[in-house]
Amino acid sequence: MRRTTIIAMAVVLGLFILSWILRSASYVTVQEHYLIGGLKVTFSAFLTLAILSFLYKDNPFYKFAEHLFVGVSAAFWMSMGFWTTIVGNLVPRISQSLSEFFQVPYQPGSYNFVYFIPVILGIMLLMRLSRNRGWLARWPLAFIVGTTAGLNFVRYLRSDFMEQVSATFVPLFVDWKGVGYFISHFSLSASGQFVAIVANWVIFLGVICGIIYFFFSKEHKGVFGAASRVGIWVLMITFGASFGYTVMGRISLLVGRITFLFRDWLGWIS
Amino acid sequence: MLDVTFGIPLVVLSDVGQAISLLLIGGGLLWIFIRSLKAKEVDRRVVFLFIFFAVAAPILFPITFQEKATPIVKKLFDKVESLPAGSKVLIAFDFDPAMAPEVQPMANAFTRHCLVKGYKVIFMSLWATGQALLTQTLERVVKGEFPEKQEGVDYINLGYKAGNEGVLNVIVTNFRMMFPTDVNGVPLDSTAVFDGIKSCGDLDLIISVGGGKPGIKEWVLFVGDRVNVPMGAGVAAVVAPQLYPYYPKQLLGLLGGVKGAAEYESELVKHYSRFEHTDTPGLRMMGPQTLAHVVIMAFIVIGNISYFIGRRRERRR
Repeated sequence: MRRTTIIAMAVVLGLFILSWILRSASYVTVQEHYLIGGLKVTFSAFLTLAILSFLYKDNPFYKFAEHLFVGVSAAFWMSMGFWTTIVGNLVPRISQSLSEFFQVPYQPGSYNFVYFIPVILGIMLLMRLSRNRGWLARWPLAFIVGTTAGLNFVRYLRSDFMEQVSATFVPLFVDWKGVGYFISHFSLSASGQFVAIVANWVIFLGVICGIIYFFFSKEHKGVFGAASRVGIWVLMITFGASFGYTVMGRISLLVGRITFLFRDWLGWIS
Repeated sequence: MLDVTFGIPLVVLSDVGQAISLLLIGGGLLWIFIRSLKAKEVDRRVVFLFIFFAVAAPILFPITFQEKATPIVKKLFDKVESLPAGSKVLIAFDFDPAMAPEVQPMANAFTRHCLVKGYKVIFMSLWATGQALLTQTLERVVKGEFPEKQEGVDYINLGYKAGNEGVLNVIVTNFRMMFPTDVNGVPLDSTAVFDGIKSCGDLDLIISVGGGKPGIKEWVLFVGDRVNVPMGAGVAAVVAPQLYPYYPKQLLGLLGGVKGAAEYESELVKHYSRFEHTDTPGLRMMGPQTLAHVVIMAFIVIGNISYFIGRRRERRR
């Protein structure tokens, strides 16, 4: 290990201990010991800064935080899988004594031998770990894929296809009561008639032009080509809106982290 | 707001802080613009630093903006507002800590609104990590701001149930098959909240708050469209564009990202004076959001100018 690395680690360790002491001194809660509370906040702040340090360049602190995150996540989900699926969903339905052992409320009357099928399928899925019996894992996997596809097919067909097609058939002249009425009640308000008409025309033309862009059986020339070009603009604007929303989401997360650092760790804001 | 005043009134300190921050950011952007004109490269870390300043400054010296609810938010607010007292509303906390800064303000605002209107609220989560965040809302909002509300009578916490859309597929016809008890082990049949509720079809409104899978989409697909229960949602900004097509037919309103949260909070404060001094993180976050977006847009403009100048110079050569 290089000398500069050792010095950097010593400095970070020193700052960590200093922060722990200072944070513990001002930690007021009856729920836990002030040293534990201070350690939790300091360690959270350290991990936040360690992850953000990647923006400067890759470094051992980032690596440590990343590996810790992956490890803790894997352990957390494995633990949650056991306690919520096996203990939470299965045990109360199949055995009173097991329910008492795991201290979960037994559900009398809900026993059914069918519940043992997922248990067997679950064990078969674990056979993946065996070199000789690995093929057994294909059956539960096929069951999962088949069930998911079957469940989703009907729902997607109705909600994402039929309902969406139906939602595209919008009136192009919303609440139309004649030109005179339209002009006398003209308003640029978001809830006004004019904006509603424009919005519906955008939906109508946007859908038609977007579909034309993906229609490759006819050469994109003339009116068809123009509609196709409008289609690509519609797509680009959609992607732009998506990107804008993504930026907003990421900034919100940054606000969350910086607020944590300023409020919970440094105590600069209340 | 800063705690330390150094003998200067907080408002003045905040204004001075805002002015200095804006000057620093504006001056820095000008410096980068001049460097770009001279065709000098700007390190990406400088961009990160600017974003940090643009976000940190309004947190230290809060800049607040007035928000006006857009129709997509207003419709959901009006729906919650217009339900008769005693209506049964389900709020699903389908998110994790990574999404919480963005969507928990929405969940809190929905909870406040439903409780102040006297509705019976059912809380649940399809995300294991959502249960802890749901507990936070129960502690801070429900027990903290509405101590008169009784668990089991005015609200109930069903907690987390593993199974993703499988859970929805069951509760759409029978709640008790998936949730025989609440999170504390109290049988649903012994609670007043669940009087007359057999399935999701007996609810008056479902509000899903989330941004991943399972989430709003699954609620629409497996519950909303199936039993025709009015559905509203609060969603993380990243997935909001994917859910807009469901409005207004399949979702009667949608809060997209922190902007949606801020709009809902502003409506809540406008209609109920008791929330004037309640924390409104959505509105608070709009300051850093706006400044960060201005900086990002400035960088896009500077980057484009720099690109076109560079291209023109290359052509001349």
